Amino acid sequence: MRIGVILRPLLVAILLAMVLRPDWFRPVFEPFAPAGGPVIYERASLLSLSLSHLGIVALASLAATIVAVTLAILVTRPAGAAFRPLSRTITNMGQTFPPVAVLALTVPALGFGTGPTLVALFLYGLLPIFENAFTALTTLPPATMDAARGIGLNRWQRLIRVELPLALPVTLTGIRLSIVIALGTATIGSTVAARTLGEVIIAGLLTNNTAFVLQGGLIVGLFAVLIYDALVQLEGYLARRMGG
Amino acid sequence: MIEITHITKEYDGVKAVDDVSMTVETGSVTVIVGTSGSGKTTLLRMINRLEEPTSGEVRINGASTLSEEPYILRRRIGYAIQGHGLFPHHTVARNIGAVPQLLKWPADKIRSRVDELLDLFSMEPDQFRDRYPAELSGGQQQRVGVARALASRPDLLLMDEPFGALDPIIRTRAQDDLRRIQQRLGSTIMLVTHDMEEAIRLGDRVAVMDAGKLVQYGTPAEVITTPATRFVADMVGEMERPLRLLSLIPLSDVMESGEADGAPLGPEASLRDALSACLWTGRSAVPVEEDGHITGRVTLQAIRSRAELHK
Ligand SMILES: Nc1ncnc2c1ncn2[C@@H]1O[C@H](COP(=O)(O)OP(=O)(O)O)[C@@H](O)[C@H]1O
Ligand SMILES: [Mg+2]
Repeated sequence: MRIGVILRPLLVAILLAMVLRPDWFRPVFEPFAPAGGPVIYERASLLSLSLSHLGIVALASLAATIVAVTLAILVTRPAGAAFRPLSRTITNMGQTFPPVAVLALTVPALGFGTGPTLVALFLYGLLPIFENAFTALTTLPPATMDAARGIGLNRWQRLIRVELPLALPVTLTGIRLSIVIALGTATIGSTVAARTLGEVIIAGLLTNNTAFVLQGGLIVGLFAVLIYDALVQLEGYLARRMGG
Repeated sequence: MIEITHITKEYDGVKAVDDVSMTVETGSVTVIVGTSGSGKTTLLRMINRLEEPTSGEVRINGASTLSEEPYILRRRIGYAIQGHGLFPHHTVARNIGAVPQLLKWPADKIRSRVDELLDLFSMEPDQFRDRYPAELSGGQQQRVGVARALASRPDLLLMDEPFGALDPIIRTRAQDDLRRIQQRLGSTIMLVTHDMEEAIRLGDRVAVMDAGKLVQYGTPAEVITTPATRFVADMVGEMERPLRLLSLIPLSDVMESGEADGAPLGPEASLRDALSACLWTGRSAVPVEEDGHITGRVTLQAIRSRAELHK
C-alpha cells in the first residue's frame, strides 16, 4: 500500500516522459544502440503510436466485453441454458487460435492495417471475460436473488438492478486480464501495418537496434502495469462497497 | 381473506407440502410453526408464487393468485425472506425503499417512510440510512429485511423466520413491535417460525406443520390445551404447557379489587409474569397498576384457579 503511493506517480511520470520527451532518455538507451545508429525512435511520434495502440486495444476490448457479457447473460437465462456448451466452445476457440494465425487469415479479407489486429485482439479477449461473467452470474447470493423475486422485480429489473451490479467485480477481473493480454498482443499488429508501439520494437529487431526494442517494450510494459493497477483498484473499491 | 385449498408441492416425487388447506382471516396473525424441513417455507412461498404448487390453489380476497403476473402480485405482498436477502450493493435506505420505488412513490415520500421505519426498529436514521448491509450486525440486517417488507404498507405480509438472528432481548422487543404495528395497520401477517414460544406469543392462529402436513390449526390456547397429535404435544412441551397457557392470559382477566404489596404490574402483563413475580418475591398477590394508579390485585389463588379452568 505504502509503496504504491510512491511508485504509482513515479511510474506515471516515467511513462509520460518516455512518450512525450523521448530525447531525455538518450543517455539511458545509448549503450544499447549500434555504433553510429539512431538511439531514439523518430520515424513516428511515440505519442501518436501510443494513442493509436491504446485506441486499438480499447476498441477491441470494448467489443469483446460487449459480446462476451451479452453471451454470458443470454446463456444464464433459463431459455439460453441449452447454448452454454456451444458458447464455451466458441470462446475457447478464440483463445486457442494464435493471434498471429488470425492476422495471417484475416489480412486477405480485410487488407493490411488496423482491421486484422482488431479482429485478433477481439477474439483473443473473449474467453476471460466470458468465463468470469458467466461464473459471476451463476454464483450470485441465492438469498439476494430470491429477495429480488420476492419483492416483485421482473426479469429485466433483476438483471439490471441486481445481477449485473453484483457480477461486476468478477466480470471486471476478466476484462482486466483481457485488456492486459491485448496491450501486449497488439504489438504484433505492426507486422500487418497496424499503427501500434510494436512498430518501434519491430524496427529494432529488423535493424539489430536493442535501444528501440527496449524503448518500445518499456512503454508497452508501463502501460500494462499501470492500467492493470488502476483496474485492480477499481475492482477492490467495488468489492468493498458490496461487502466482499 | 386468504384461502389455501388442497395445496401440494412435490420435489422429485417427494411431497414438501402435502394437501394443506387453511383459511386466514384478514387482519389476523397466523404463525406457521414446525420443525426444520416440515415445509413451512415452501407453503409460504406458494402464496406469493415464488414456488408454483404442484396442485391446489391460493385465493386472496376471492381472486386466484394465478390471475395476475407473479411480479405484480408480489409487489402487493410484503416478503421478509429467511436470512434477510438484502441487496449488498444498495444502502440501507435503498433496500428499505425498494418496493415503494417500484410502485413509483415520490422520492420525498420514500425518504420519510424509510426514516420512519428505521426509527420504528430503533435504528437511528442519520446513522444507518447510508450504510451498506455489510456494515450492519446480523440483527440489524434482519431488521432492515423486515423493514423492507413493511415499507409499502402491504395488506398482506409473509415473514419467514424474521427474528431468527436476533438475540432474546431484541427479539422480544421486535415481536412486540410487530404486534403493535400489525394492530395499528390491521395488516394480515403469515409468519413462519420453528419456535413454539414465538408462535404462541404472536399468533391469533397457530398452524402446526409436520412432514408437509398441516396437523393442527387453531388458537394458541387450543394448541396448548388440546394438541391434535403427539407431535404437537411435543412441540408445546409437556412441562411448559401450564406456563404457556398462563402467558396468554392478561392480568385484567382475573384481576380483583383489593390491596397487595410490592412492585405493581401493568394490566397487559400476563398471568405468567404475575406468577413469576409472586414466586420470586415470596408474595401471594401482586398489585395491578394502570396509568399510575393501583386498580386492583391478582392473587396466586386466582392464577391457580384460572390454570385449572381448561380441564
Ligand atoms: N427447491 C427445492 N428442491 C428440492 N427440495 C426442496 C426444495 N425446497 C425445499 N425442498 C425440500 O422440501 C422440504 C421442506 O422444505 P422447507 O419448506 O424449506 O422446510 P422448512 O422451511 O419447514 O424448514 C425439505 O425436505 C426440503 O429439502
Ligand atoms: Mg424454512
